[in-house]
Amino acid sequence: MQSELSIVWIYPDLLSTYGDQGNALVLEQRARARGVPTRIHHVRSSDPVPQQGDIYLIGGGEDRPQILGAERLRKDGGLQSAIARGAAMLAVCAGYQIMGSVFGGEEGQPVPGLELLDISSSRGERRAVGELAAEVDPALRLPTLTGFENHMGVTRLGPGVRPLSRTIVGTGNGDGTEGCVAGKIIGTYLHGPALARNPALADLLLSWAIGPLPPVNDEWYQRLRDERLSAVLGDQA
Amino acid sequence: MSQLPLRAQLASALGRTAATLSRATGRGDGSVIGGRVGLMLEPDLLRKLATDRKLALVSATNGKTTTTRLIASALMELGEVATNAFGANMPAGHVSALSGAKHAPFAVLEVDEKYLPEVLDTTNAGIVTLMNLSRDQMDRAAEIWLLAQKWRRALAGKPAHVIANCDDPLVTWGASTAARVTWVSGGQRWREDSWCCPECGGPLDRGGSREMGQQGSVHWACRECTFHRPEPDWVLDGEDVIDPHGRRWRLDLQLPGEANRSNAAIALATVDAFGLDPARALPRLRTVTSVAGRYTTVERDGRALRLLLAKNPAGWLEAFEVSDPRLPIILSVNAQGPDGRDTSWLWDVDYRILRGRPVYVTGERRLDLALRLDVAGIPFQLCDSFDQAVAALPLGRIDVIANYTAFQQIRTEFGRAV
Repeated sequence: MQSELSIVWIYPDLLSTYGDQGNALVLEQRARARGVPTRIHHVRSSDPVPQQGDIYLIGGGEDRPQILGAERLRKDGGLQSAIARGAAMLAVCAGYQIMGSVFGGEEGQPVPGLELLDISSSRGERRAVGELAAEVDPALRLPTLTGFENHMGVTRLGPGVRPLSRTIVGTGNGDGTEGCVAGKIIGTYLHGPALARNPALADLLLSWAIGPLPPVNDEWYQRLRDERLSAVLGDQA
Repeated sequence: MSQLPLRAQLASALGRTAATLSRATGRGDGSVIGGRVGLMLEPDLLRKLATDRKLALVSATNGKTTTTRLIASALMELGEVATNAFGANMPAGHVSALSGAKHAPFAVLEVDEKYLPEVLDTTNAGIVTLMNLSRDQMDRAAEIWLLAQKWRRALAGKPAHVIANCDDPLVTWGASTAARVTWVSGGQRWREDSWCCPECGGPLDRGGSREMGQQGSVHWACRECTFHRPEPDWVLDGEDVIDPHGRRWRLDLQLPGEANRSNAAIALATVDAFGLDPARALPRLRTVTSVAGRYTTVERDGRALRLLLAKNPAGWLEAFEVSDPRLPIILSVNAQGPDGRDTSWLWDVDYRILRGRPVYVTGERRLDLALRLDVAGIPFQLCDSFDQAVAALPLGRIDVIANYTAFQQIRTEFGRAV
């Protein structure tokens, strides 16, 4: 990190269908609460992706924008350089699929991805829509993952990544796991503002970029989490 | 319409009975159940009821109900009009509306965006009015690029005369396969879903040359292909509408806000296609003060509450434009089926405009909204119920913005205020 934390939001013009801006806003709020000056860079698909960012965010979108986004990122190369340099990234839904070797296009045709994650995705039989809850990989020491998914993707994880979590409710990758993690990259089907429902995940990304963090007032985050988890898990929560 | 075959007449009559029962037992407006009963008995009922009428279909993400009401109000100048005034905008609602006004020579039907191809195929409507497309309840609605594609396929090869907002690139693309289009420059307030060319995916450049004046601000063209904004036939210019003959009409609506001026411009172009001149249509548009509770003011314990409906990010932007920045505001959000069960869209709304106003948050998903406002840095008071919010407020005028079922709950408290 240089003088300020740089959050790079990739292609809001193509991939921000589901409130994806929320992830950028949550990171900004939680960094500033720790006294870290923060800036969000909106990078449109006609602009080059800056290579010096600290945390990269890429969100969800429709089939056509997803294919366009993948093509432009492949040609641009900026994101790949940033990740090689050690930047952190949260890739959501369509953006998550783009990070793999291949994903399913609008007719199910295979479309090449960026190969930043050892995953491959295809179109599933039915749309997975609804609340999701999952137990996170204990090595990450994070509380239960909560969020909303809305996708038709099925994602197979290769040996180069670990599952982010095991689903309690919901579909996720389609094999009982949800999302993946490799180095400083997190991929997830929890679309939109996943970090609003999972502030600990936001802090994990921030700590990758800026080091250990003091705690902050989480009142509204916790109240929303408690309400959602008890609505989805009932007595299990 | 008196020529309906016997089976269709019976289906239509039984549907009306079901609707009456639904209203009498307080279950609802009766528009949906009546139509369902009718369609069960005669699956071809909608086509039969639509035959021999001059019919307009109205579709968009936002403003369907209001624009339908404006068009219907104006058309009454010409004769009886059948319309689904309660916003029941799928085929059952259409059957109900048409069978409730069997002899009306004119009809205007609000149509859900997804159902437009099917309803156009079935009714063979002569006029189709299209206003805007933006992200909306993604857990159950179609993706909008896909939706525009379906509109294109549905309109291609049909004789329908389309009235469309050329300031919305996706609507323009969706409408441009039609045999005949009247373009209306109705403005575009929410642009987050149209930064890319619907034809080729290239970037859309916004803003025209200095010579274009005010029209420059709504101009758009693809940087990479030839797709660009068509020349409008009708133009909304501030408080005025300019018609294809260059005549300027002051709107003077009672409905507030730019979105409603846009709805009115589209309505004027639509009724013009019925042969009704703005001179005769405008006085009727000006009589509309509220639409199914939207924009209405209700009283409780010395407080005058103005009700604004906002179902998606574009709708919130419009509601903020109408809302009086000097007044306290109650925000209510639910996530039932009709609202979309996913509240992600709250993060697409820019709430910073509320800074400095007393804000009260309620509704079934008030905690989602509370966190959203907290992150935006907007102070608020959380209230367990609408009543608690009202009681917490000082006497006087208050604005209320609510999404669909939250709005209906509030409206029901005031005896289904219209």
